[in-house]
Amino acid sequence: MNKKPVERKKLEEIANRLRIKVVKMIGKSGFGHAGGSMSIAEILTTLYFYELQVDPENPAWEERDRFILSKGHAAPIFYAVLSEKGFIPEDILLTIHHPDSPLQCHPDMRLCPGVEASTGALGQGLSIAVGMALGAKLKGKSFRVYALLGDGEAQEGQVWEAAMSASKFKLDNLLAIIDYNKLELSGKINEVMPLEPLYDKWVSFGWHVIEINGHSFTQIINALDEAKKIKGKPTLIIAHTVKGQGVSFMEDKVEWHAVSMSVDQVKEALKELGCPQEEIELTLSQMKEE
Amino acid sequence: MSDRIAPREAFGKTLVRLGEENPNIVVLDADLAPSTKTSYFRESFPQRFIPVGIAEQNMIGIAAGLSTLGFIPFATTFACFASRRVCDQVTVSCAYPRLNVKIVGGYVGLFVGKNGATHQALEDIAIMRSIANMVVIEPVDATETERVIEFACNYDGPVYLRIGRDPMPQIVPQDYKFQLGRALVLREGKDVTLISSGAMVEDTLKAASLVEKEGIDARVINMSCIKPVDEEIIVKAAEETGRIVTVENHNIIGGLGSAVCEVVAERYPVRIKRIGIRDVFGKSGTNEEMKAKFKLRAEDIAKEVINFVGR
Repeated sequence: MNKKPVERKKLEEIANRLRIKVVKMIGKSGFGHAGGSMSIAEILTTLYFYELQVDPENPAWEERDRFILSKGHAAPIFYAVLSEKGFIPEDILLTIHHPDSPLQCHPDMRLCPGVEASTGALGQGLSIAVGMALGAKLKGKSFRVYALLGDGEAQEGQVWEAAMSASKFKLDNLLAIIDYNKLELSGKINEVMPLEPLYDKWVSFGWHVIEINGHSFTQIINALDEAKKIKGKPTLIIAHTVKGQGVSFMEDKVEWHAVSMSVDQVKEALKELGCPQEEIELTLSQMKEE
Repeated sequence: MSDRIAPREAFGKTLVRLGEENPNIVVLDADLAPSTKTSYFRESFPQRFIPVGIAEQNMIGIAAGLSTLGFIPFATTFACFASRRVCDQVTVSCAYPRLNVKIVGGYVGLFVGKNGATHQALEDIAIMRSIANMVVIEPVDATETERVIEFACNYDGPVYLRIGRDPMPQIVPQDYKFQLGRALVLREGKDVTLISSGAMVEDTLKAASLVEKEGIDARVINMSCIKPVDEEIIVKAAEETGRIVTVENHNIIGGLGSAVCEVVAERYPVRIKRIGIRDVFGKSGTNEEMKAKFKLRAEDIAKEVINFVGR
């Protein structure tokens, strides 16, 4: 692995910038999936700035690692990280949700560079990742496949079909991550449809399972490194997260799943994230243009 | 009778032949290989045969993922599961990004052995036809099945293939060439046009012979490519014969009959009679029992045509 040493500070700065971009996008669009974007800022940052072997100059590079955002509704922060990495220009971020924008509400692999699968209908991304990982084995390729799932998404039966098959096919080139923020659209996971014992379930499906704090860069990095050493079976990282993490009025609030944000809320959120005053002013004026 | 061949046999053998030439062809099976005849491919290329168990939704997703690496995946099961069971997976994982996935539905319409309503696919064409980017083809006999599988391998995009279970006589010419969006006139005629696909084509041809005795000169068209549909051949039939009868092994809502009605209504309105399953579920039984129960025998079709044409 040609891993550069990563500065923790740099990762923190990137994750924070992603959150700022998400607030700006949702502010300008008047709609967006805020909570489930914020909860994966550290995970996406670590994937794109520590783990994934990808080339923004050549998004179709054959040997690249594949990342699938199975919880496609977290598109705002996915687009933010793709712009941060250089797959898409930063100035198109505010076009999100426009009919002619490459940044559709849920990621479209035909429109947006760096998107490996069109997702959004929950439950489907892990199967696609299984197909890619299986295909890599058939072709003798050494790239790895990553899929990020929502916790509520694991209520879909297809996820468990995919889990069963990944272990049958011994896909040690496949890593799945569950963003376990404990909330889904209509309420608490534990009340809507409990997933526990989640760790035991995946272990019983034949996966190597690692449970971490999904906001700790150290724990994410250690889990990613550990996964690479596991042979003969796929790995799942259960990442305990907080929905809305980073913006205190959104944190752990079911109401912030898919939202519009008022000018005051955007201002408050950007302030809390340490966004420079002139950028806040610009964002607020852009919101008023509509 | 000896020269009758089931489309599924031709499908299974063609996959093996093409698989020898093209290492990118892979076959996914949801535990029905002996029935869909992908068992031939399994014997020839076990490393490229992917059994997913009874998990069709996962199968479609795996096929989508494989296609992104340049594989040509054939995801195979019964037509009822290949359409109803995986409608969203086909739509979002495959058709929306226009991935090169071939979805194969075997055991089509009423003719599913004696498996009955749960296994009969009377909705698959309606479902697949309404999904953007999808191509929908129901080859009629062994020769056309071979040509259609060759086409599907060369065509870059999602295709739904409706492959019949039971032996059919040779319908298309030996030197037939399949073209996307093109239908085939099997018999010329000037009084009425009968348009059919798949297993019903044989009975439709027989019906044309029966009505000939009543002085009705019926044109017969094999409409294997249901989407994109051959608009020109339909409009020409409307213009030249004035009346159209569609005969399908599918609900009359959303299938071949609907596709023909859409073209005729927009471009050259004439009267149409749709023959098929009239918005009811099927039953267990042999093909002959099904045809008798749902009035799809050649004599039933002929009677409808005679009433419709009014002679």
